[in-house]
Amino acid sequence: MATSAFKHRDVKDQPGFGAMAIICLLVLYVPILILMIWSFNSGSLVTHWEGVSLQWYGVALQNEDFHNAAKNTLIISITATLVSTTFATMAAIGMTRVKAWRGMGASFMVINLPLMVPEIITAVATLSFFALLAGKLDLNFGIGNIIIAHTVFCIPFAYMPIRARLEDMDLTLENAAADLYATPWNAFRRVTFPLMIPGILSGLALAFIVSFDDFTITQLIAGPGQTTLPLYIWNQIRRPMTPEINAISTILLLVSILFVSVSFLIARRRSK
Amino acid sequence: MAAGQTAIEAKGVTKQFGAGPDAVKALDNVSVSIRENEFFTLLGPSGCGKTTLLRLIAGFDFPTEGEILLYGQDIAPLPPFKRPVNTVFQSYALFPHMTVAQNIGFGLEMLGKPRSEIDARVTQMLQLVRMEELRNRRTSQISGGQQQRVALARALAPAPKVLLLDEPLSALDAKLRKDMQIELKRLQHETGITFIFVTHDQEEALTMSDRIAVMSKGNILQVGSPRDIYDRPSERFVANFIGETNFLAGEMAGVSGGEASVKLTGGSVITAGIPEGLKPSGKVTIVVRPEHADLVQGETPADLRGVLENVVYFGTDTHYYVKLDGSPEPFIIRQQNTRGGGQGFARGDKVGIALEAHSAQVLRD
Ligand SMILES: Nc1ncnc2c1ncn2[C@@H]1O[C@H](COP(=O)(O)OP(=O)(O)OP(=O)(O)O)[C@@H](O)[C@H]1O
Ligand SMILES: [Mg+2]
Repeated sequence: MATSAFKHRDVKDQPGFGAMAIICLLVLYVPILILMIWSFNSGSLVTHWEGVSLQWYGVALQNEDFHNAAKNTLIISITATLVSTTFATMAAIGMTRVKAWRGMGASFMVINLPLMVPEIITAVATLSFFALLAGKLDLNFGIGNIIIAHTVFCIPFAYMPIRARLEDMDLTLENAAADLYATPWNAFRRVTFPLMIPGILSGLALAFIVSFDDFTITQLIAGPGQTTLPLYIWNQIRRPMTPEINAISTILLLVSILFVSVSFLIARRRSK
Repeated sequence: MAAGQTAIEAKGVTKQFGAGPDAVKALDNVSVSIRENEFFTLLGPSGCGKTTLLRLIAGFDFPTEGEILLYGQDIAPLPPFKRPVNTVFQSYALFPHMTVAQNIGFGLEMLGKPRSEIDARVTQMLQLVRMEELRNRRTSQISGGQQQRVALARALAPAPKVLLLDEPLSALDAKLRKDMQIELKRLQHETGITFIFVTHDQEEALTMSDRIAVMSKGNILQVGSPRDIYDRPSERFVANFIGETNFLAGEMAGVSGGEASVKLTGGSVITAGIPEGLKPSGKVTIVVRPEHADLVQGETPADLRGVLENVVYFGTDTHYYVKLDGSPEPFIIRQQNTRGGGQGFARGDKVGIALEAHSAQVLRD
C-alpha cells in the first residue's frame, strides 16, 4: 500500500516537526487567548490587570452604538447569506445537473474568481460601481448597497459546499426517481433537494461567517449610520482602548466559532 | 392477453457514445423481441452493452438509430417517468433519506395513488419479499441482501409491464445469491411480470432464464432457451462463453433434412445441426459438448480416434482428455460415474470417441 511505503518518511518524523507545529499554534492562538482574557479585566486598561469581572460585557451590551452595529451586521449578513445561498444553489444545480453546455467551464471560473481576486480590488471596484450608480443614475440603496456587495462575494463561498455535495450524490438516485414516475420537478423536490440540504446548510454557514466578518469591502462602501461590527471595532481601537473592545471581539469570535463548528459538524455527518 | 405476445421489441437499435475517432458503439444494430411473462436474460462479458440496452428501454438514454417498441408502440417520445417499466439498479439506488416503506411506496405516490392504496400495496410488497418487520427502518440500517429485496419491492410495487434488473445479484455473497436466484424466480412466477435480467454469470443465466440472449461487443449473437444455447451454440463465442466445449474441424459433405453431413478430419462422417439461416459449405467447425461423447475401446468403430492423455475423477463424473491426431487441443469427454461404469481406461490407451446422435452443431464462423 502507498501509505505504508511512505510511512518511514512520515513528515511527523522530520526533525523539528513537533516544535514547528507548536510554534505555529502558539502564534495563531495565543494573541486570541490574550485578547479574550483581557476582556475579563475589571480595570479600564488593556495593559494593567486589576481583577476578574464581566463589567465590560455589560458596558458593551448596553452601548447604543454597539446595538446599532450589531443590528446592521445581522440585517446585512442574514439577507446576504440567504440571497447568495439561493443563487449558489441554483448555480450548482445548473452546473452539475444539466448536459454540459458551452461556456460551463468558463462559468465555473467566473463564479469562483472572487475567491482569488484580492479583496481590496473587489472593494475598490464595488465602490466605483456604486459611485457610478449614484452619480449617473442617482441610485443609492443605502444599506442595500452593502447587502448587494456582500451577496456577490458570498456566492462562491456558498457555492463550494453545495456543488461538492451535488457531485458526491449518486446520479442513479435521480434516475431511480424518474424510473418510479417522478416528474423532473418531483424528482428534484423529493430526492435531489432533500439530499442537498447538508450542502446548503454548510453553504449558509460559510456565507454567513464571511459576510459577518467582512471588513475591507464594507469599510469602503459603508455610509454614515451603516457601521457594522467589524467597522465598529476598527473605530474603537483608534481611541484609547478599553477592555470593552476585547469583550465585543470575544462575542464576535464566539459567533464565528459557533458557525464554523456547525458547518464542520454538518460536513462530518455527511461524510459518514 | 395472449401468452407469447411481444412485450418489448428492439428494432435495429444502435447506440453510439461520442463522435469521430473516439466514438464507441455500445450497441450495433441490435434486434430482439422479448415475450410477455418471460424471464429473459441478457448474458455477456463486461462492456458488451447490457446496461446500455437496459438504459435505452428505461429511457435514461436514447438510441442513435433504431426503435424500441413496448407492446407494439414506439416508446421513443416517452420520458422515463412515463414508461410503465421499472428498474432494479445494480447499486440498488435506494433513497437514503426515506424509510423502507417510503422507498417502496415512492412509485405509487408519484402516480398519485391514494394513501390507503399505497399503504396496502406497501404491506403486500413487504410480505412478498418477506420484510414485514423492517417497514420503518432507514435503508442505511439494513443488510445488503435486505436492501436488494427493498429495491425489488420498490420496482415491483407499481406493477410495471416490464421489470429491468441490472446484475441485481452481483453484490451478494455466494450463499445469498443462490437464495435470491430462487426468490427472483418465485417473484417472477407470482407477479407474472416480464423480467429482463442482466448478468455476466453463465450459470445464473442457465438456471434462471426462459430465454437467453448472448451478447458480445454490442451485438446479440444468439437468442434461445438455456438448452438451445448450451446444446446448440451457433457461434464460437457462445460455445466458449457458456461451459466447456470441444471444437472439431471438418468439411461439408451435404445437407439433408435440415442437418449437415460433415466429414471429420479423421475420416468419419457425422450429422450436425445447422444454426438458423446458415448455408454452410467447404470447411466448417463443429462443436460437441463434453457430455455428448462416449469413450470406447480402441478397436470399436468410432467417430474419432486418439490417445487418452489424462483422466480426472470428480466424484459425480470423470473427465477424459483425449489427444486427437493433428489437433493441439485435447478432446474432453465428461462421463457420469454410474456404479461400475466409467472404468477400464488408463492413460496412454488408444481409444475411440463415439459422438451422440444429433449432438454436434455447425458453427457460424
Ligand atoms: N456514457 C457513456 N459514454 C461513453 N461510453 C460509454 C458510456 N456508457 C457506456 N459506454 C461504453 O459502452 C460500452 C458498453 O457499456 P455497458 O455499460 O452497456 O456494458 P455492460 O455490458 O453493462 O458491462 P458491465 O458488465 O461491465 O456492466 C462500454 O465499452 C462502455 O465503455
Ligand atoms: Mg453494466
